[in-house]
Order: sequence, then structure tokens, then C-alpha cells
Amino acid sequence: MLVRLGSAAGVLAGASVLGRAVWDKGGFDLAAQSGARQVRDYRVALGPGDGLAQLAIARGGALPSATLARDLVGKAVDALGGMKRFVSRGDVVVVKPNIGWDRMPIHAANTNPDVVGAVIEQAFNAGAKKVIVADGSCNDPDRCFQRSGIWRKAYSLGADVILPAEHRYRTTRIKGEVLDEWPIFTTLVDADKVINVPVAKHHNLAKFTAGMKNWYGVLGGRRNRLHQSIDVSIADLATFMRPSLVVIDAMRVLVRNGPQGGNIDDTRVMNTVVASTDQVAADAFACTLIGQHRDNLPYLKMGHERGIGTMYWENLRVKEV
Amino acid sequence: MSAAPHAHDELPEPIPWKTGQPGVVPSLDEPPKPIAASPPPARAPVAAKPPTPTRGPKRAGSGIPARPVIRRLVWLRRFSQVGFFALFMVFLCETTFRGSFAAKADAVVRLPLPVEGFLLADPFVGAMTLLSTHTIYRGLLWSVALLAVTLVVGRVFCGWICPFGTLHHFFAWLLPSPKGRGSHRVDANKTHTYQRAKYYLLYAFLIAAVFGSAIGGMFDPICIVVRSIGLGVIPAAQYVTHRALGTVTDHGSRPIQSAADHTQDFLARTVWESHQFYFHQTWLIVFLFAAVLFANRFIPRFWCRVLCPLGAFLGVFARFALFGMEKDHAKCTDCNLCLVHCQGADSPQGGVKWRQDECHMCMNCETACHEDVIKFRFLPNRASATTEPDTLRRTTLAAAGAGALFLPGARIADSLDVNYHSKVIRPPGAVEERAFLERCIRCAECMKVCPNNALHPAMFEAGVEALWTPILIARIGYCEHSCVLCGQVCPTGAIQKITEKEKLGIDQPPIKIGTAFYDRGRCLPWSMQTPCIVCEEFCPTSPKAIWVEEVTVPVRDSKPGPNGEPPAMKEVHLQRPHVDPSLCIGCGACEKVCPVQDQPAVYITSVGETRSKTNVILLENTNYNQST
Repeated sequence: MLVRLGSAAGVLAGASVLGRAVWDKGGFDLAAQSGARQVRDYRVALGPGDGLAQLAIARGGALPSATLARDLVGKAVDALGGMKRFVSRGDVVVVKPNIGWDRMPIHAANTNPDVVGAVIEQAFNAGAKKVIVADGSCNDPDRCFQRSGIWRKAYSLGADVILPAEHRYRTTRIKGEVLDEWPIFTTLVDADKVINVPVAKHHNLAKFTAGMKNWYGVLGGRRNRLHQSIDVSIADLATFMRPSLVVIDAMRVLVRNGPQGGNIDDTRVMNTVVASTDQVAADAFACTLIGQHRDNLPYLKMGHERGIGTMYWENLRVKEV
Repeated sequence: MSAAPHAHDELPEPIPWKTGQPGVVPSLDEPPKPIAASPPPARAPVAAKPPTPTRGPKRAGSGIPARPVIRRLVWLRRFSQVGFFALFMVFLCETTFRGSFAAKADAVVRLPLPVEGFLLADPFVGAMTLLSTHTIYRGLLWSVALLAVTLVVGRVFCGWICPFGTLHHFFAWLLPSPKGRGSHRVDANKTHTYQRAKYYLLYAFLIAAVFGSAIGGMFDPICIVVRSIGLGVIPAAQYVTHRALGTVTDHGSRPIQSAADHTQDFLARTVWESHQFYFHQTWLIVFLFAAVLFANRFIPRFWCRVLCPLGAFLGVFARFALFGMEKDHAKCTDCNLCLVHCQGADSPQGGVKWRQDECHMCMNCETACHEDVIKFRFLPNRASATTEPDTLRRTTLAAAGAGALFLPGARIADSLDVNYHSKVIRPPGAVEERAFLERCIRCAECMKVCPNNALHPAMFEAGVEALWTPILIARIGYCEHSCVLCGQVCPTGAIQKITEKEKLGIDQPPIKIGTAFYDRGRCLPWSMQTPCIVCEEFCPTSPKAIWVEEVTVPVRDSKPGPNGEPPAMKEVHLQRPHVDPSLCIGCGACEKVCPVQDQPAVYITSVGETRSKTNVILLENTNYNQST
């Protein structure tokens, strides 16, 4: 009898303790709504860099395309002091192109694969242990990665190409003005150095986009809400992601019907590559390529005012090569 | 091999059952015959050495082992079942586009494997679409090959190849009830009259096909496995795995996280897709699948014996098979061991005729028989066999009548000729709705292959006649602009094999599957003075079918003014979207990305689809001079 009494009392005690431990008083959890702003800063502490450019513009001639892209990226990055200045031996380097759309290189909706390839090569030459190429696509990722030509190019150079997949996203507090908590593509942020390799193109809502808007690819979840305040969300993202280097592809530029394009007639061959450590300045310059001006692009002004960079690119040491 | 050992001659006693006469047992439905059917005993003394007792467990009765060729055939059958099931699963998992690092940017996107192969070889599908369309569509010609196999060796497809048959074989082994042993099991494996049901179903489906409905595909075993595993089991497994490994990643250490991530990467690149797929009302498909598998507990191989119209189709043709069973009733001791593992319930036991149309050719009976009664051979004596299905004429006629009545019954319900549902949006390349229903077998290949999870099995949106046919639900996924994979995998031509040029409309009008409409009461720039136009950004056509009107409009401030004044008015610059119906292809990208989450402010309906001459809006689309 004692055993039976004891076991009944034991079960009761266990149930009480468990119930007390997991008791829900109701209400909403306020603890989750605090937390510090997060920043992913991959900038390299650069010396004074006397004589080296802060914004390099490489324009090309009539060489065949693959060699030309390599040439221009080389010249632009060299003007900034060479890739060794940004990538150290043994670094894990993320190269973040724009692979947003199911379009081919000729449509200029994604970054030119030759420009991406040139950056990968340079990163490896500078001693990178591993180069990862990834982006969160808008269309079916398999199609975007294959038909942009970037998958094949990056793989042939020995880079790891990682397609977006649900399990690679983790919710992170960006704590920007409009972006609070969002799923982040972890592959893009788990790195020693991040090189932003956007394509310069027209965008119907934001008018022109390149480097700062390219960070949309970091976000998962329902990105369609961002467009209600596209300039602030771009500025928030550029505050969150601070790349080691920006290399803007303007080999072929979509001048109308952006960001997706689809018609070759909407593109213009410009054979230009812009490199900088200042993503605001790089965008501010690149927008002039399609006849835009920084005063029409509120996100540049926001970036400037937040101190991410300067929209007055002429004030930097600019070198045309 | 025919000179198997005959230990009967050595038996000390005659067999005293039934007649009391050794060896002479007239079958129930045969006039008594001399024992001439049994092999001549000339070589018996040579072969009469007793079975080696060292190999395997002791066999009952006379203990004669089965012929070596049969024992090998049984093992060959098991390998064949496992192999074909594995092949089927590989095809199913590869029914999705996986990009490649090796492919060039301008490479044409197609699947490398003939993933719809099992369906192409399905003669029930071939016959049904032949009756409804009077043609055999492209690769379905392979179904003749399977028919040829059946004409030589009977229903080996059921016992050796069919993935659903293999599943049933497995579940019938896994799930017998406590009663399913001994004499209960023997009784369960005897031929029952309920096995006629599949023939009636077959006749009903074939007559329904003559009238123009491929509804029989709902019951085709290959369609069932593709549909149930592809739309139910695989996504569910992915869901569970993602949750489980997600929990591990949230709490584990770095190496564990990395291992979990790599596992998920691997699975996403081989078994499923990189994001979770959901399918409209797929619970019913999975529930029926589970129910049919569970029925093995009550009737072993329930599906194959009772319901399978493909098995019935092959059963009808098995009468011409050159290979079959010969029974020597005289030697039978009624031990019923042949029935213990019988798959088809085709009466292998002595005293009754073998049912050739029911037999799956699994060879278990001859393996089990230790009295040398059962022999499989080419051109067997048919004295102890029934080759034709044992159906009743009136019930057959009633089934055929039901098949004939199905189509008018379904069509007078308002789902096709009148009151066609606006959300019945068919995949690009689909033929006109009536022709579509003649062809669509609901195999779900198109839904499985769709990269954006856009295609879903319809419930009753398109009427009872179109249950589980593909419809596009743009809120879940839109039609990828350059993708034509649904047509590539469609085995019956319900979705034609269109090229990218035809779909995108290069030098020709594009293929439209519907038209987009704005709900201006919900649209942010239209009703809430908020900038948006994500729809315009995603619109894939060039020039875009969505164009924007630049406006500057007044908007009221949200805060009241000082001293209780009404809120101030200010001006905002907006881009308000419009659809150009002559350019819109109805892909649904706008609907998919509309940020008004619950009920989108832009949506597509089927009107304006290329395949229809009646479901149109614009006058210029109505070209009655076109041949198709």
C-alpha cells in the first residue's frame, strides 16, 4: 500500500513541478522585441593608401568580351591597390553577384559572368582559401544560376556555388528604420571578406540600382513588402552589409524596363567596370552611366547621411583607367 | 530441368485421400483423365535420390525442392521488384529541374532522364487515350512493348515490375492481421468473387474514355504512385526533415550545424527541391494512398487483386500468354502451401483450375510445392487452367453503362459548357479543355516537375470530371517564363511539348494561360496612396504587360494637426499599375508577388487563354480561321 501511495504522490509531484515549470501566464513575449542593431562589417582597415584611388573606373576598347572583362576588373582593382589589399591569405571570400533573374548574360539583368569570374580569379590569386558565390534569386534559382552563366563560370574557376535553400536562412535582427527582423541568407554573411559584384541597371521603382540594392539578395522571406519604402530599405540593407569591396559590372547595361529586362534592345554596351570601397560613391557614380543623377536617388542621400559613404564621389580620389 | 526428382515413386504408402486410389484425382471441374499429364517416370530412378537435408529448413511432405530454375526465378523476381521500384523512385526524384554547373547559359532546359517512362509503358493509359483521342501520343507507343511482354509471359508486370505492386507485396508482408496466419491466410489467398471488381472498373473506364474522359487515370497504379509519393510522401518527408534538422541547427554546436546543413544541401540536390513544396488539398490523395496500403491487412494485395484496372487490362490479354502453369492434380496432397504466399489469388492449389488472368507470375507457388504438382512452362497444357476473366455478363454490361453515363452526368453539372470556373488555369501548352479531359490521366508529373510549385491537383474547381487535373494556383507559385517542362513530362499530350520559342512568342503570338486583373480597392498605389509596383517589376514579358501611370495625388496625414485641427493634406508621387490584356500571358508572377498577402490586389483568371476560342475577352483574340 505504501508503494502505491508513494507512486501516486510521486506522479502528482512530478506533474505539479512540470506544470509550474512550463506555466504560460499569457500575453506576448516582450523580450524578443529588444536587441541591438546588427551590422555585418567586412571592411578592411586600409592604410592612408597615398596615391591609390578610392574610386576606380575602367573603360575598355574593342577586345573580345571575356578577356576585356578580366582586363577591366584587373585595372580597376589595381587602381585601388590590388586585390591583396582586400583579401588576405586564408580568407573565406564571398562574392555576391546579382543572379536575380532567369535571363541570359546578353539581357544584362544579372551580373556578367566574366566580371564575376575575374573577381573570383583575383580573390584566389590574392590567397583566398575559399571563394563562395551565392545569391537569393527572384525566379527559380536553378534556372537563374544556370542561365546567367555564373554557375558554370564560377565552378570552372574552383569557387563554391551555393544556391539559396530554406535551411540556409536564419532570422536576424537588422533593426533598420523599416527592416527589423528578417531571414538572412547565412551563406552570404558567414565569411571573412565579402565582395559585392552587382550589375548596374535601370529599375522602374528605384530608377537606378547597383551595389546597395544588390543586398536585397541577402534577404529571404517576403521581400515584396520592401517596395513600399524601397529607398529606406535599400539604405537599411547597405547599413547592415558593409562589403570589403564593390565591383560594379557595367559591361552591358540595362537602360530601360529594369530590373528584369528581357529585351536586348533595352541594353547598351558600355564596357565599364567601377571599383570602390565606398558603396554609396560607387552607386552615385554608376547612375550617371544611364543618365541618372544622385539627387533623384533618395537611397544615396540616406546612405550619405547615415555615414555609410559619400554620394559626392568627385570628392574621393577618382582614377580613370 | 524437367527431370526433377520424383520421390513419389519411393513413397511407401499410396495417397489415400479423396478417392483412395493412388495418383488419380479428378479435378472438380474436369472429367476424370488418365494421369498422362504427369511426366513419364522413365528417368525417375536416376533422379530419385532423396533431397539433401543439409540445405535449408526441412520441407514438408515429400520434401522435393523446387526446380533450381524456379528458385532462381523467384530471386530474380525479387531483384527485379527492388530494381524497378528503385528506378521508379529515381525517376520520380529527378522529375524536377536541377541546374548544372556544366551547362552553358544558352543551354536548353530539359530533363536529362525519361522520367515519365513508367507511364509511357502503361498500356491501360495507351488504350484509354487511344479510345478517347483515336491516336497514340508519341512515347505512349512503348505501351505496346509491355503488351507484347504480357502476351508472352502473362502479367509479369504486376509481379515483377509495377512499383505499386511491389509496395503492396511489401505491405501485405508487413501488415497481416493476427488472423492472417495458417488457414486464415490460405483462405485469404483463394480466389474470391470480389476480384471481378477490377474488370468492371476497367470496362467502365474504357467506355468512359470512348465518350471522352480519361477519368480512369485516377485509378491507374502508376499515376497513383507518382501522385501520392510525388505530391504527398516526398514533400511530407522534406517537411519533417527540415523541421528536425532545423531544431538540431538551432541548438547544436558548430560541427553539428554544419553536418545538418550539408545533409539538407544533399537532400535538396538529390531527393527534393531547395524549398518546401505544398500541394492543394493533397491530404485526400495521401489518405487514399494510405488507406489502400492499409487494406493489405484485410485482403492481401488488395489493390492488385480487387481494384487495379491496369492489372485487369493485362489480365484480359494474359489469355494469349505463351507461358503459364500446368498442374498435376493427381499429385496434390491439399497441403495448401502454394496458397500461403500466392500473390494474385489465382487458385494455384490442386482440385481447381488455375486462373491465368489473375496470376502475377511470382512463382511462389511452384517454389512452395513439394509434391511436384505445379509447373510453369512454355505452351502449357491448358486442361487445368482458366484463361479468361470470370466476369458476369450483366454486371459487365452495367459497368459499361455506368462508364457511358459518366460523361453526360458530369457535363450537365455546370463546370464546362457553362459557368466555367475562372480559376481553372491550365498549364502552358495544354490543349482545349474537352481535348484536355480526353487526355489528362492525373498522373501529376506536371505538378511534380513545376519548378515554382505552381501546378496543383484540382479538387472540384473544374467539376468532378476534372478531379486532380493540374491547375495553376498563382498565389503559391507562378508559371516560370522560360519553362516548358510540364509539357516535356506529360505522357499523353494533354500538355503539348511546346518549345521556348512557342511559349515566349518569338516570331509568333505567345502562349497565354490567362489574364491579370487589378482589384483597385486593395492595390496599394490605387487605394492606399503607397508606392509598390512589385507586380510590374516581376512582369516577365517584354515589353511589360503591366505599365504604370505616374500620378501625384493628395494623401491625408495620419496624425491630427495642432489644436485638434483635422490632419493635414500632403501630396505623394505614385506609379499606378495597369494591365495591357493584349500583352499579358497570365503567368501569375504579379499575383504571386503582390504584397497584399491574404487576398492579392492583382490576380489572374483563365479568360484569354490561347487554347480556348470561347474563353476570350478581346475581339482580336477570337480568330475562328485558325485551324487549332
